[in-house]
Amino acid sequence: MQTATPQRKNSKSLQALKLAFPKTIPILAGFLFLGMSYGILMNVNGFSFLYPLLMSVTIFGGSLEFVCASLLLGAFAPVQTLLMALMIQARHLFYGISMLEKYKGTGWKKFYLIFGMCDESFSVNYAAQFPKEADEGLCMFFVTLLNQLYWIAGATLGGLLGEVISFNTKGLDFVMTAMFVVIFLEQWLKEKKHYTALIGVAASVFCLLLFGRDSFLIPTMLCMLMLLAAFRKPIEKAGGLS
Amino acid sequence: MTLSQQLITILICALATMATRFLPFLIFSSRRETPSFVQYLGKALPAALFGMLVVYCLKDVSLLSGSHGLPELMAILLVAGLHLWKRQMLLSIAGGTIFYMLLVQLVF
Repeated sequence: MQTATPQRKNSKSLQALKLAFPKTIPILAGFLFLGMSYGILMNVNGFSFLYPLLMSVTIFGGSLEFVCASLLLGAFAPVQTLLMALMIQARHLFYGISMLEKYKGTGWKKFYLIFGMCDESFSVNYAAQFPKEADEGLCMFFVTLLNQLYWIAGATLGGLLGEVISFNTKGLDFVMTAMFVVIFLEQWLKEKKHYTALIGVAASVFCLLLFGRDSFLIPTMLCMLMLLAAFRKPIEKAGGLS
Repeated sequence: MTLSQQLITILICALATMATRFLPFLIFSSRRETPSFVQYLGKALPAALFGMLVVYCLKDVSLLSGSHGLPELMAILLVAGLHLWKRQMLLSIAGGTIFYMLLVQLVF
């Protein structure tokens, strides 16, 4: 974009931001709420707001940050921390494989797109269909950036205010569930055959029942991998994979 | 834990996260042809992963005690119904969430 004048570049960014923002509204609600709960947890445990601030900037992964909060209260155990973090975050390997094509050719934005690829940024960026004339890479960049800013804001605010804030938000965390249900449904409607969606649900439910809620993600991933490998021929033959 | 031990713990978590996010892009760089099985996985995985994320969100729901997952089930049905009817993402999500909040605060 060497020929673009600063002004035109500005308006291009503004256009991308305008397209990205509506996609992130559910995450704005969910992350402010969840981020605050996490910040409050840190505050109650006696940590300065700088901790949730630092962790949401560098880690940016909700479930691990909650676990890290309890790790910080225990004895120093670097090896255990590393193994636990890798296990909790292993699902990102599959997000990466799914985004190899989409993040190709995004230039300087690629590093941050990958750095900020949490569950929500992956889901929204994969499912979003931005208009042809828009710069898709820039739109996905803003989706990721906005999501992280919401999370940082929530976590820091929670860490600053602690339990001062008390309003009846019971059940608000369902906003994330609702968003994943809608994205799942959109994907379902886009595909002619539903083998892969069914494999995902069946493997997750089966492993959840078998291994329990704290350790079912890795068995689920292995299960999905085996089933997708075993049924590759029929799945590819059925077509409709976008 | 000392301050430096705390910082190392946070650093380990950050590096482990980065490793899982960056690894596929480092292994399958755009310069070389991605193996066809990985290309297939890239297309087949997302629908399965969205299913996994829905289940992951519901992992703490107990079917045997409390409200037996009824508020979750009802709210998900409403989200799906709204979405099939209007295809407006924000409407489906907001409608389902407000309904769920009312259910867990007032009914269950």
